[in-house]
Amino acid sequence: MAVTTSTPTSPPSMAQDLLNSLPKTLKLKTKQQELLIRVATLGLIYILAFITRLFSVLRYESMIHEFDPYFNYRTTLYLTEHGFSEFWNWFDSDSWYPLGRIIGGTLYPGLMLTAAALYKILHFLRFAVHIREVCVLTAPFFASNTAIVAYFFGKEVWDSGAGIVAAALIAICPGYISRSVAGSYDNEGVAIFALLLTFYLFVKAVNTGSLSWSLASAFGYFYMVSAWGGYVFIINLVPLYVLVLLIRFVGFQHVQSGEHMAAMGVFFLLQAAVSCGSDIWIVLQVFFFLDWVKHLLGDVKLFQAFLRITVTGAVSVGAIALGVGMASGYISPWTGRFYSLLDPTYAKDHIPIIASVSEHQPTAWSSFMFDFHILLFLFPAGLYFCFKRLSDATIFVVMYGLTSMYFAGVMVRLILVATPAVCLISAIAVSATVKNLTRVVRAKVQTLQSGSGKGTSASKGSSKGVIDNSQPFQKNGAMLLLLGAFYLLSRYAIHCTWVTSEAYSSPSIVLAARGAHGQRVIFDDYREAYFWLRQNTPPDAKVMSWWDYGYQITAMGNRTVIVDNNTWNNTHIATVGRAMSSYEDEAYDIMKSLDVDYVLVVFGGVTGYSSDDINKFLWMVRIGGGVFPVIKEPDYLVNGEYRVDKGAAPKMLNCLMYKLSYYRFGELTTEYGKPPGYDRARGVEIGNKDIKLEYLEEAFTTQNWIVRIYKVKPPKNR
Amino acid sequence: MKLNLFSFLFTFTILSSHVLSISDLILTKVDRRIDLSTQIVRTTTTLKVENAGSDIVSEILLPFPENHAIHLAYLSATLNEGRGKAKPSSGAGLPYDEVVSPKDFPNSLKVYSVTLPKGLGKGDSLTLDVLAVFTHILQPFPEKITQADIQLLLFQETAHYLTPYPVKVQSLVVKLPDARIESYTKLEKTKLQGSELKYGPYENLPRFSYLPMVIHFENNQPFAVAKELVREIEISHWGNVQITEHYNLVHGGAQSKGEFSRLDYQARPYVRGASAFRRLVAKLPPRAHSVYYRDEIGNISTSNLWGDSKKTELEIEPRYPIFGGWKTAFTIGYGLPLQDFLFGIDGKRFLNISFGSPINELVIDTLIVKVVLPEGSKDISPSVPFPVKQSHETKFSHLDIAGRPVVVLEKNNAVPEHNEHFQVYYKFNRLSMLREPLMLIFGFFFLFVASIVYMHADLSISKTSASYLAKIQWEEVQATIRQVHTIISRCLTTHDKLEASLRDLSRTGDIQGCKATRKSVDSSLKELTKELKSPVAFLQSSPQAAQILPKVEEVIAKERDLQERLMAKHSTVVDCYEKKLGGREIENRVASHQQKITALRQEIDDLMDLIDEI
Repeated sequence: MAVTTSTPTSPPSMAQDLLNSLPKTLKLKTKQQELLIRVATLGLIYILAFITRLFSVLRYESMIHEFDPYFNYRTTLYLTEHGFSEFWNWFDSDSWYPLGRIIGGTLYPGLMLTAAALYKILHFLRFAVHIREVCVLTAPFFASNTAIVAYFFGKEVWDSGAGIVAAALIAICPGYISRSVAGSYDNEGVAIFALLLTFYLFVKAVNTGSLSWSLASAFGYFYMVSAWGGYVFIINLVPLYVLVLLIRFVGFQHVQSGEHMAAMGVFFLLQAAVSCGSDIWIVLQVFFFLDWVKHLLGDVKLFQAFLRITVTGAVSVGAIALGVGMASGYISPWTGRFYSLLDPTYAKDHIPIIASVSEHQPTAWSSFMFDFHILLFLFPAGLYFCFKRLSDATIFVVMYGLTSMYFAGVMVRLILVATPAVCLISAIAVSATVKNLTRVVRAKVQTLQSGSGKGTSASKGSSKGVIDNSQPFQKNGAMLLLLGAFYLLSRYAIHCTWVTSEAYSSPSIVLAARGAHGQRVIFDDYREAYFWLRQNTPPDAKVMSWWDYGYQITAMGNRTVIVDNNTWNNTHIATVGRAMSSYEDEAYDIMKSLDVDYVLVVFGGVTGYSSDDINKFLWMVRIGGGVFPVIKEPDYLVNGEYRVDKGAAPKMLNCLMYKLSYYRFGELTTEYGKPPGYDRARGVEIGNKDIKLEYLEEAFTTQNWIVRIYKVKPPKNR
Repeated sequence: MKLNLFSFLFTFTILSSHVLSISDLILTKVDRRIDLSTQIVRTTTTLKVENAGSDIVSEILLPFPENHAIHLAYLSATLNEGRGKAKPSSGAGLPYDEVVSPKDFPNSLKVYSVTLPKGLGKGDSLTLDVLAVFTHILQPFPEKITQADIQLLLFQETAHYLTPYPVKVQSLVVKLPDARIESYTKLEKTKLQGSELKYGPYENLPRFSYLPMVIHFENNQPFAVAKELVREIEISHWGNVQITEHYNLVHGGAQSKGEFSRLDYQARPYVRGASAFRRLVAKLPPRAHSVYYRDEIGNISTSNLWGDSKKTELEIEPRYPIFGGWKTAFTIGYGLPLQDFLFGIDGKRFLNISFGSPINELVIDTLIVKVVLPEGSKDISPSVPFPVKQSHETKFSHLDIAGRPVVVLEKNNAVPEHNEHFQVYYKFNRLSMLREPLMLIFGFFFLFVASIVYMHADLSISKTSASYLAKIQWEEVQATIRQVHTIISRCLTTHDKLEASLRDLSRTGDIQGCKATRKSVDSSLKELTKELKSPVAFLQSSPQAAQILPKVEEVIAKERDLQERLMAKHSTVVDCYEKKLGGREIENRVASHQQKITALRQEIDDLMDLIDEI
């Protein structure tokens, strides 16, 4: 009984105690508050970076996008099913028939290994997820991680405020989202993370001089090399940076001291081992070697003699090695893609296969605006702040920003490499500006508060008077500027979300359009065709198509293709281009020699889908003609004009591609009030409506005619 | 001797077959109805049986020619006790068995023996309904057709009922689809009425009378054949039965040849593509939810779903129309409420759910039903109304450690008639349901504990290195500075107390109370000053604190100054009160102190912020 009576009395007092003590315990120190806010913000950024990339899953479904990701998905599937050594030794006979492709030696395995490792970890933790889901979500997951790395990088370069802004900017920057939405399972997804991580660790190593950081940086670089061909950017940027520091020679003293030399040396050696010969490297190695020798010899004259001997020796040995290497083919000359980076017009004149890829085109101003939005204006401002507070780290970021901006201007897809730099430098601008402005605004608020806190009216009046006299304009101006900055940043957020949802979340396998009544119409023709191939053709059938669709046919159709998106063999692609641009009987001989059973063409004439094979046809002619001079581009043009209607060139009207695209199209009425055979993609009535096929027959055409598959007839009995 | 043995064997077989077959049954009336309107052929036979012999008969033999018997998917015999023919048979089907064909039977017969519930006495009669369902029995002819052709089928049967018993009267009705009939065998008493073909009645036929007939007719019904169907039924005691069905479908009719023209197909789909099927309808149980329809390469968007309280209807369209010989594969999945299908009896639970596919008129060559029970289920025993192949396996799903027990039931040649309910009995402890949430909770708990341990543990390898020692020292300095900080802030709060007492004084005029407060404040301030001594001494001795030390000392000095000023102000005010001076006078006297105090306080606050940021 005593217990029951005593209990009701105690809780109120306890509760009161609690209430009294609560504010005290909850009242955190400023530092803890700041930490809490910082961690919470980073957590939110982490989640934001992930979920903003899920538009594609919401709009469409959890699927792999576009072209290359299908190859990556197929190889990841193979890796998880057969294990690493099988994967490494995989000879893929399903592509590049009859040559095949050595998969293990010709890909960057970083992405597949990462996805497979994530898959294994999840299964170890007893989450029975499908490998497809892992692949779909790999890119958003790494985007989140990139945001975190951007925070640390920003913190290292400037301060934690700039870090947070950088993380927030990069989390939603369209330039990065374009390559990392859910389903975009491509090398770039993890490579940008690796790139930024390597740079961060490198700057950290430079700043601290710690051996462990430089080792970590080397491993980050190793991961980057395993993931993406863009690693050449790092390997050239880092020595360039070191050269700049050497020339500048300010703030570089600690690199010269013994222990830092070792730290840098480890990084250099590891890099030199991985890379094979970038000229700047050799220069650097020589520089450090000479520095060391100078230390040893201690005598200027002796050193000069030594220098003379070694330089002549090194030059002659190098020249001989280079000559022998070139002659024996051991040192491969630079790839065409690389040349086109240095000279944007190079590919256009020399290598049509590189120029034909849309993502290799020089960047238009509009796409800079589209991908960077306000960052484009913040970038120069950030550069200004960096130059104002020049340190080893800011020099690095500035160099990274400037070089990557150049590359972004040369090739559309390299906007991706520039994005982290642009975000970082812009973040410095935003952070520095906002910080300065808030200092102005806050200083007043504080004095106001302390003044009012005193209580006595006399002091209040005096203090107020002092403040009011001290530049009222400055306060209002700062407030206005702050508001402007927040307006700009919120516009940026809105723009990014809009771009992500409208432009970058389409899987491009499934096409969506608006119907006449505003409803969403889905064209799932690609998968219809690929699944038909998978189910209704013999398992060893060889499919010929333009190389764009090679990866998709092998991954979704599970059939052997002649050429695919790897484009490693120009002659093979040119052969296909030649077949497509020849007359049917000539093409038949080519197809027979390649054992082709089915031919697949993409045709947008019914739906108005413009990126179809007829619009790509000139590239086929060019690439085919580049190897086989029988194919001449002018034969397909009329007065330099490319057309498919009545006025088209006779060779155009009778080549295989034209016939396969428009077979029986002349009987179809596509649009009300237009004659039959009206091509909606090009807006003309076709020129050859009476197409007869002699050596091929229509095997399948999808619902909206987007994909047409033809069967190559067996040879006639003689 | 050899001959003797042979004759012995012969008599033995005769004897044994005698036991099986010879009985003096007479079929007084046989009505047969064959339904050819879909790809599944159903023959319904009503037998009126009479025992003309003297022995009691308990078995009736049903022979089928071998070429039909291999296509037999389902057989059921029921006693028809009611009058109405159309009425569904009362009670369950009678048990039957396949038996060795007796020697006096013609060759190539497969014989099933139906056991009657009670023997048929002399002169007694009964009516038996026999339903036999055949698949793949309709032969496409021609075997290969083009897109424009219609699909023609051949069906062979006997016009006379094949039976080991003499038949008095019999008739046969063949139901054909509403379409062209190419040809049929014309026998005596053959009549074609609309889409029904009638043979008979024929009277007084002897045993095993056989009269072949062939029908050649058009049938464009979907010939959907599932080469393999794997149905996975997964029970979750959290309230869901998840069903996943993997179909491997083929068009089982006439093979298509030549080219497929989309133009022709889309212009006149029912003429140029008559034999193809483009949609299937699945009747799902009511309250089915989360329905999906996909295949290996992704979601298939062409499907529709309707539902009411009795059923859910799912119309699915494969990615492309299925012509003869074309294949497709897809998966449909849906969830069902647990309480509709899971019941409990004597401490055991049992799942009661239909066996076959929900898709209409589908022939399934191999049907594999997998029932995935929750992890930790015991004493599992399935009960299926027809013979199936049983096996067990284990499935690993989310958060499974030992894996979930799976009952695998395999049935060849399944038809919609196999959509009977079957049961799986098992025991399951309700507490096991909590295992997975607990695993998750503990997982996260250990994660947090690990991170706490990591935050607090000292993981550096070398405990003697200079940088490590410097770090330790710096931490100590930081701790000391924090100590100083708290002490000074305590001082400041005591100052506030003093100010508060002054305000009280102006309100109440309690001079004594004010003095007492002042005394206590004085003593506590002295104590705090004492406390400050040791941390300051530490900071002075530590080289790491050299940078911060001036600031700290400045704060302390300022604080002391402030203290003195406050005391002076306090004593002035108290004095004034004792002398009963006016408010204005007091303010005048205090003003100089007050200004200093405000300035000092501001400076100290700024310095404190500075120190705090370290």
